[in-house]
Amino acid sequence: MEFREVEYMSSLHWAILSPFFIACFIPLVYKQFHRVHTGWFVLFLPIVLFIYFTGFIHEVGDGRHLSASLGWIPSLGINFDVYADGLSLLFSLLITGIGALVILYSIYYLDKDKEKLHTFYVYLLLFMGSMLGLVLSDNLIVLYMFWEFTSLSSFLLIGYWYHRERSRYGAQKSLLITVLGGLSMLGGFVLLSFMGDTYSIRELMGQTGELATDPLFTASLLLILLGAFTKSAQFPFHIWLPDAMEAPTPVSAYLHSATMVKAGIYLVARLSPVFAESSLWFWLIASAGILTLVWGSYSAVKQTDLKAILAYSTISQLGMIMSLLGAGAAALHYESMDKNIYMAATVAAVFHLINHATFKGSLFMAAGIVDHETGTRDIRKLGGLMNFMPITFTITIIGAFSMAGLPPFNGFLSKEMFFTSMVRVTEMEIFNMETWGVLFPVLAWVGSIFTFVYSMIIVLKTFTGKFKPEKLEKKPHEAPLGMLIPPVILASLVIIFGFFPNLLASTVIEPAVAAIQPGLSQKQFQIHISHWHGFTIELYMTLGVILLGSLLYITWDKWKCVYHIIPGRLSLNRMYDALLAGMERGSIGVTKLFMTGYIRTYLVYIFLFFIVSLGITLWREDAFAFDVGNTAPVRLYEVIISVIIATSAIVILFAKSRLTSIIILGAIGYMVSLFFVLFRAPDLALTQLVIETISVALFLLCFYHLPKLSSRKEERVAFRLNNALISIGVGVIVALIALSSHSNKLFESISNYYIENAYEEAGGKNIVNVILVDFRGLDTMFEITVLGIAALGIFALIKLRLARGTLKDENE
Amino acid sequence: MKTNDIILQTVAKVASLVIILFSIYIFFGGHYSPGGGFVGGLLASGAIVLLLLAYDLKTVANMLPVDYKLVVAAGLLISSATVSGALFFDAPLMTHAYQYFELPLLGHTSLHTAVLFDLGVYLVVIGITMTIIQTIGESE
Repeated sequence: MEFREVEYMSSLHWAILSPFFIACFIPLVYKQFHRVHTGWFVLFLPIVLFIYFTGFIHEVGDGRHLSASLGWIPSLGINFDVYADGLSLLFSLLITGIGALVILYSIYYLDKDKEKLHTFYVYLLLFMGSMLGLVLSDNLIVLYMFWEFTSLSSFLLIGYWYHRERSRYGAQKSLLITVLGGLSMLGGFVLLSFMGDTYSIRELMGQTGELATDPLFTASLLLILLGAFTKSAQFPFHIWLPDAMEAPTPVSAYLHSATMVKAGIYLVARLSPVFAESSLWFWLIASAGILTLVWGSYSAVKQTDLKAILAYSTISQLGMIMSLLGAGAAALHYESMDKNIYMAATVAAVFHLINHATFKGSLFMAAGIVDHETGTRDIRKLGGLMNFMPITFTITIIGAFSMAGLPPFNGFLSKEMFFTSMVRVTEMEIFNMETWGVLFPVLAWVGSIFTFVYSMIIVLKTFTGKFKPEKLEKKPHEAPLGMLIPPVILASLVIIFGFFPNLLASTVIEPAVAAIQPGLSQKQFQIHISHWHGFTIELYMTLGVILLGSLLYITWDKWKCVYHIIPGRLSLNRMYDALLAGMERGSIGVTKLFMTGYIRTYLVYIFLFFIVSLGITLWREDAFAFDVGNTAPVRLYEVIISVIIATSAIVILFAKSRLTSIIILGAIGYMVSLFFVLFRAPDLALTQLVIETISVALFLLCFYHLPKLSSRKEERVAFRLNNALISIGVGVIVALIALSSHSNKLFESISNYYIENAYEEAGGKNIVNVILVDFRGLDTMFEITVLGIAALGIFALIKLRLARGTLKDENE
Repeated sequence: MKTNDIILQTVAKVASLVIILFSIYIFFGGHYSPGGGFVGGLLASGAIVLLLLAYDLKTVANMLPVDYKLVVAAGLLISSATVSGALFFDAPLMTHAYQYFELPLLGHTSLHTAVLFDLGVYLVVIGITMTIIQTIGESE
């Protein structure tokens, strides 16, 4: 393989970053050109990017891969390395192509006067950029970063209508589940990098054999798959996807069917060369995929919301692609020419990935149109819309028939290929397939029957039957032209790919398959997708699907009680809710154990920890050696100041009023600053003096809020004894440390370095200030940041309390 | 009881001006003699606190109509901009630059980017002290 470095560096990086840059200007544009729909300004970007990526098709098709590197944190091996091969390119084309259509669609879907368009498009661009970054990164850590960005933007988009309770619930659910997977994936990546000593995917692929024998291999595999499964909504982590349907329909079409949920599939495909040696990889992916397929399609049938049906159908289709990738992984185990059988599974996976994006995208958009023009998505209220929305009806028929696997649409082709792969899986002689292998084609077939049923439900329940105008909020009519264009384009692609599948074969699919199966050179295989294979078992399976599917659809009323076999409280959603509620209760319980709300309790914790940890350290290190040899003579001044400090400290203990203690505390502070003067530290003295002044003023201000000294617990003897012990302990420990640190000089003092270099290097004569602003300037930077945050925190806390007080008054 | 604060108030007005001038002096002199942004900022807020003690929150807020939260933000912005400015000259983060110039009135003077950084610190310190004091003072 040939790599072209550097030349494309800027353009690929820019392509990834451009959505982020554009996103920065969207709020401005929204404000300036409020009368024009913001979407029009965003639309150009995915179109430009799509054209840009199509320019690579030829080059990548020839086996030339584009890569470029940009240093980020080179010392840790984390670099912004981009790498475009067939697989990345396919995803990039999907992201930008579907992205352009979705944005066009959203311009008509979202009202420019009622919706906060700028936030919507900022989130959408954020997503587009991160998704591009995800599929084009070669560095695992960068990939992870973009991965979490997609979770985050998905969260923001699901919660776009945040005033709805269901939106917030769905957003939180998706974030919790996908970020859980993301974190475990990060763990997997780190383990991988331990084994391979690199974060680069390409370099990891080079050491497949050595990795497989590593003891960490299985752990890393499991962790990474958890990430992929949560993201791609595989059973049992699929529960977040139906709730994500609370997002506006363009978002569901884009993120939750065409692109983001396929990130897990991308990851599995991308890392297949690294992990496919292991039989665990095959078993997990293939069985999770096939289970998801069956469960998703089975659950889709009982839904009554159009988008919910589509969500479960997406889940099942993702499972189908996943299982195909699993079967494709078997190809790596066969060195003979025969392996093309399993290669076909990978081809089918890639082909179905494209098909799914086209037909599911058009179906989502059609569902959005129905929702937009009738005011409901409930199939119990819909019906007979055929006459009102002929174009939407046509689009839905094309999409749904393709999804059901009917000829001549593209879904038929990939479904046939899927059956072929599942039948072939049983012929495998590895992985103990002879025992359980037969389940694969059976489950695939069962899943396809349910797929057929819900596809029919979508078309027939919505568009045929009795028209029920009294149940609709709006009088239905056909959508505006602009809203119809994107789904029409997708539906035409469904037909075009159906009739001419080989348009895709050599341009997009072959390079993508070559990226998933790098062991083979591209010349070794030629993909040819044909419609007619003769009277094979696949054909009979399809015929069976149609027959049984139609039968099930007609007899739906008779067998729908099947769905009540599993009681509701055992459903995964209920378990998720219970788990979440339990965790909330648990954390509240644990927090309440030690959070009393009294600052004195917290001070007790802090000081006790201080005494114990430092005391133990002193004792263990045997640091009690006190050397008084090298000390200056004690002068009268110091004695006087020490006596004043000690007396004041004792007086505070017996002070009857708080005002007295505040003033005496101030006196101690001033005395300390006199100490600094004596020891020739003018900077410290000055600072201490001013700080003391200001903190006394602050104390005086807070004075009103503090409780009276002689009240409540303070009078109890045990309480006083405790405090006395703790304060004595702190005093003793601090004194011991001071003495010990003076006696045990473990290393050369650093001050000479500053004395020598302050003027030479930093051009300053005041070493303290030079250290603050120059040598250790970063510390200062973060200190002032922390101080700023603290100030804002105090502001927020007090204002919040005030606001809550007024709120209570209003309620009463 | 009605208190007579005339003397305190008159002195506070003059004294706070002197203190603020002194704080500016200390701030600029920081690189060569004791002082710097931190102490300077504290001194300046000390001056304002003095006004607060002599008058009341409202009067001082009228005298100096400043949103101190914005001062914090401005300070942080200046400091972080100085810190990251070095990146544009292909130098590591936090690299300072200085040069000696012959300026009118001041003569031979060193101009140092550390002053800009310190200006941020100065503003942040004023901002946070005053934000805290004002919020707590207002909450009665």
